[in-house]
Amino acid sequence: MQPETRDLTLGFIPLIDAAPLAVAREQGFFETEGLNVRLSREASWANIRDKLCVGSLHGAHMLAPMSLAISLGLNGIRTPLVSSFSLSLNGNAITISNSLREQLKNLNPEALASAHQSVISLKQIIDSRRREGQAPLTFAMVYPYSCHNYLLRYWLAAGGINPDEDVNLVVIPPPQMVSQLAAGRIDGLCVGEPWNQVAAARGYGTILLKGYQIWQNAPEKVLALRADWAQEHPHTHQALLRALLAASRWLADDRHRDETVAMLSQPQYLDLPPEPIAAGLKTGGHVFYRYCANFPWRSQAIWLLSQMIRWGQIGQTLDPEALAASVYRSDWYREACAAADIPCPSVDHKPEGVHVSEWQLESLTLGPDRFLDGREFDPAKMLDYVADADIASIHPALENTRQQ
Amino acid sequence: MSNNQLKIILIDEQPERFEILDNALREQGHEIVARISASEDIIATVERTQPDIIIVDLESPGRDTLESMQAINRDRPRPIVMFTNDGDSATIERAVKSGVSAYIVDGLSPERIRPILDVAMHRFREYQQLRNELEQTRMQLTERKLIEKAKGILMKKRGLDEDQAYQSLRKMAMDRNLKLSELARSIIAAAELLE
Repeated sequence: MQPETRDLTLGFIPLIDAAPLAVAREQGFFETEGLNVRLSREASWANIRDKLCVGSLHGAHMLAPMSLAISLGLNGIRTPLVSSFSLSLNGNAITISNSLREQLKNLNPEALASAHQSVISLKQIIDSRRREGQAPLTFAMVYPYSCHNYLLRYWLAAGGINPDEDVNLVVIPPPQMVSQLAAGRIDGLCVGEPWNQVAAARGYGTILLKGYQIWQNAPEKVLALRADWAQEHPHTHQALLRALLAASRWLADDRHRDETVAMLSQPQYLDLPPEPIAAGLKTGGHVFYRYCANFPWRSQAIWLLSQMIRWGQIGQTLDPEALAASVYRSDWYREACAAADIPCPSVDHKPEGVHVSEWQLESLTLGPDRFLDGREFDPAKMLDYVADADIASIHPALENTRQQ
Repeated sequence: MSNNQLKIILIDEQPERFEILDNALREQGHEIVARISASEDIIATVERTQPDIIIVDLESPGRDTLESMQAINRDRPRPIVMFTNDGDSATIERAVKSGVSAYIVDGLSPERIRPILDVAMHRFREYQQLRNELEQTRMQLTERKLIEKAKGILMKKRGLDEDQAYQSLRKMAMDRNLKLSELARSIIAAAELLE
């Protein structure tokens, strides 16, 4: 099948999890599929959104929740997007300033040992600051519609901290996190690798916990396309998905790790020394291919929607299943897998938060998926899940839904 | 200071690119209250200098920070004007125009700055009006919820039906010269105290 167009421009933000795009280009997987792809490094998620929505980018490395938010019209002008391909699982960490680390350690030496202990001690610090009339602690994340925002909030709320009232949450782009931490403007941050490692290597902070400790094998970035473009270019889209499948499989081979690090450290990608990138791949625990990492699980899209509702980002009633189905086009992913002879799940949902170790689904091996507090998520009961949360800031327009 | 003079923050990553803009704005009598890059503290600078307008380089990573400041309304929202020098401007312009409060142009020719600032301010005011209306709707929803809750309390405590409870609320509010939602709030607070 001839692709409708061969020339494509794909946008990305300098992060390790943009690796599948870099590999597909550098290792010739795009070329094998007859595609001529230009990769465009972008300065902000807002730029990615604007350029994708108006068509100056054909596709982009995108925060998974952003594809849903844009499709819903929460973020800029409403533009239906599709993401048929998950680029990676995990990859984030929470880093705290040296001074906050000292305070935690003095309070409880065990505080640095576990996600649960750390947040309990953090709450004590926050409470005592409030009693003494000190300013609230400031935490940074990369974007309101990001897994970083939801993981950070999940962790805080699990320790009884209300992220909208007890701390000051700000948005800072990944490369700027390091200088903001160095300048003492933020006390903690949640960002994708290698930026935690860069901050730690320069002595500005300590990595307190990995995203994996909050939600094991959490979804992270997707390949996002405009839905109308994908409809009009089915063969190009399939070629793109096959190239990314090949790149992801290549990345999963540990023998390619050094080459991956060298590739990403180049100026056109991360423009950083190899050391923090190599270290970032370890703390990030990125999964690029194993555990069906590329499959667009609608259950995960619905979990992301649950967090948007929990934190007041959605003020309209919606049909989560219909939205997830329109954005997470698993049918197109399966088509690419069939052509590449790669096995993939026949179902679109899985229970989230129930597996402590690897498990089998239809002869496929999937990874652990527990949340830090052990809560389970049934995508069919999303509203109950939100209603059960102790700490939430639900939009008043949805409060009635919550009571039902 | 006359109405036409604006307090402006410039956020740029390549200072030489904004030099011409900086000069032109000063010549027109505007005040550049800060000129920073994204690695500096955008949030504190905006809070400290209280600009009328923010001009940002499209290629500045600071865009995400600025947008989130607008969204959460931590600070008084203000128009953001984006400038770009690259060939993307025509398409981006369409996106921005249909968006909220920003305006964009390619190139930094001084003679075009004035109309751009005017358009940006105008569009921003229109948007703010819309936003205020939305905020009002949100407030009304919260108020309605309070009233429902207070009504429920009266129904339970005094064995009234829904209509009686509502009439009784209205009368109490009128007698005390309070808004219905204010009265509802105090009834709920009192009920919580008694529990």
